[in-house]
Amino acid sequence: MSYIVAEHLSKSFGSGATVVQAVSDLNFGIAPGEFVAIMGESGAGKSTLLAMLGAMSAPSTGRLQVDGIDVYALGQDRLADFRREYLGFVFQSFHLVPYLSVIENVMLPLAVSRKSGSEKRRLAEEALAQVGLAGKAKRLPGEISGGEKERVAVARAIVNEPPVLLADEPTGNLDSGNSREIMRMFQRLNDSGMTVIMVTHSAECSGYAERILHLSDGRLTADRRTAETALRGAA
Amino acid sequence: MTLKLISIRNLMRRKAKAAFILAGLVIAVATVAGIITFVQATRHDIAHKLEQYGANILIVPKTENLSLSYGGLSLGGVSFDLEEIRESELARIATIPNHRNIAAVGPMVLGVASVESRRILMAGVDFQAAGVLKPWWHVEGRLPQDDEVLLGAEAARVLNLDTGQRLSANGRSLAVSGRLAVTGSQDDQLAFLTLATAQQLFAKPGKISMAEVAALCKDCPIEDMVRQISAVLPNAKVMAIQQVVKSRMEALAQFERFSYGISGVILFIGGLVVLVTMMGSVRERTQEIGIFRAVGFRRSHILQIVFLEAGIISVLAGVLGYVAGWASAAAALALFGDGHSGHVPFAPGLAAGSVALALALGLIATVYPAQMGARLDPNEALRAL
Repeated sequence: MSYIVAEHLSKSFGSGATVVQAVSDLNFGIAPGEFVAIMGESGAGKSTLLAMLGAMSAPSTGRLQVDGIDVYALGQDRLADFRREYLGFVFQSFHLVPYLSVIENVMLPLAVSRKSGSEKRRLAEEALAQVGLAGKAKRLPGEISGGEKERVAVARAIVNEPPVLLADEPTGNLDSGNSREIMRMFQRLNDSGMTVIMVTHSAECSGYAERILHLSDGRLTADRRTAETALRGAA
Repeated sequence: MTLKLISIRNLMRRKAKAAFILAGLVIAVATVAGIITFVQATRHDIAHKLEQYGANILIVPKTENLSLSYGGLSLGGVSFDLEEIRESELARIATIPNHRNIAAVGPMVLGVASVESRRILMAGVDFQAAGVLKPWWHVEGRLPQDDEVLLGAEAARVLNLDTGQRLSANGRSLAVSGRLAVTGSQDDQLAFLTLATAQQLFAKPGKISMAEVAALCKDCPIEDMVRQISAVLPNAKVMAIQQVVKSRMEALAQFERFSYGISGVILFIGGLVVLVTMMGSVRERTQEIGIFRAVGFRRSHILQIVFLEAGIISVLAGVLGYVAGWASAAAALALFGDGHSGHVPFAPGLAAGSVALALALGLIATVYPAQMGARLDPNEALRAL
């Protein structure tokens, strides 16, 4: 039984003669707790697909269902609520708010929740501890390293315990050591039951996934399950 | 972590922009608050000075005759059908609804006396009331008591009398207690006695020829005062001397209209400053707004953040604007207020109004930038980097 169902998803930009077909007629399902890597060349439509899966970019045609919810049938406010309750995002460029401290960045998804201040802080401290940054809560993003920024971004993505984690080139700006650390973190989250969907160019990173969707020119050209890889096993 | 914290942190981070918006709003609010403070203080000052100008209401006996004098030139004789007013009737003036606005009531007995073959107009007055009614009097010598006389400057010159000398009026000997410095008014021609002496001299016991009233009604028209006095003195004719009041008030009203026009323009410019700066601020924060939307903020949450920022600056601008306006008005009054002390009392209503005005201006000017931010597509906002 699929937790995420993509039916004939297509997305085009522009109009008339300048129309660009970013993705075409994508059909797949993702089971709860799966770790999926989306791969492909630059311009293959990976990020467009991730934005559609992240309820941030409506498909031109097709339908996306998550946990039985027809995502793009939701109104603007419900769509925002859906993102907050179901999804966690990790971006390649970290996208931390520069004037908020590390812990405040982590608490960001909780800012509009009805939890008490102390409860929000407790959750954020737990998330920071999970990513090994408990001691840097009061620092500003400008005062920590790139690897630490990525871990703050992961903590922010998981602070409200969403069932799905979406990551766009999460190791794109990191060295190999930090990349491995982040991937192991993703694997631990996946082991705890979180569905992880990650766009990556890296074969090494994709080795942590149990399934790889391969896109080429906006089409799904391969959907293969990886064996219990050496990387997964080593982790 | 709350939306309020995000707004405050952003303001602290973008201090220059916040200061620019603050300055725009402070200037706009200070202009309006300053003008209102100046106008109110000037109005109060005019009202206060009007009290010092003396009588502004005259009470005279009713007559069926038309006046035969113009510009001090009399072309007719004395009216004999005058129904004189009883002095005791003046007490009724204290019962009118606006009696608190009456500074002084000055009864006057007029009569013509022969002094050393010359005829002179003599006036019996209440010298205590005269201190309020005729503040321009400068007495050389002292005010008269019974059987004494105070001579107007011209009367003293014509009669060739000085302080300490005596004169005989209608056969009654009166000592000259003092003389008035030149006033430029009809008072220069008169001789003034106490009311009692004049009533005895002219055989008008308990009666008066006319009365002058120094009345001030800041919050109601002078016509109301006239109407109220007429009601309690039905046998007298009550008239307002309105020219001075009206001309000064009209000048002030003109200044007020002009100032409010200028204020409107400055408010508009202040609103534009807020609008343009907030739009720039929202554009600068495209990435942040994209992040907020990506982590689940609704459009209304973005609106709240932007409006909170504008609201915080606006309240601060309202307080600073009132203080700046108040200080400017005080300085302007001290410099140009023509005798004004420059003391301007704190006006809680105007202070609250200034804050409300700043808040309204700031929030209205923020509507478009806030909507612009809220409408940002999260995916586009993040891709725009």
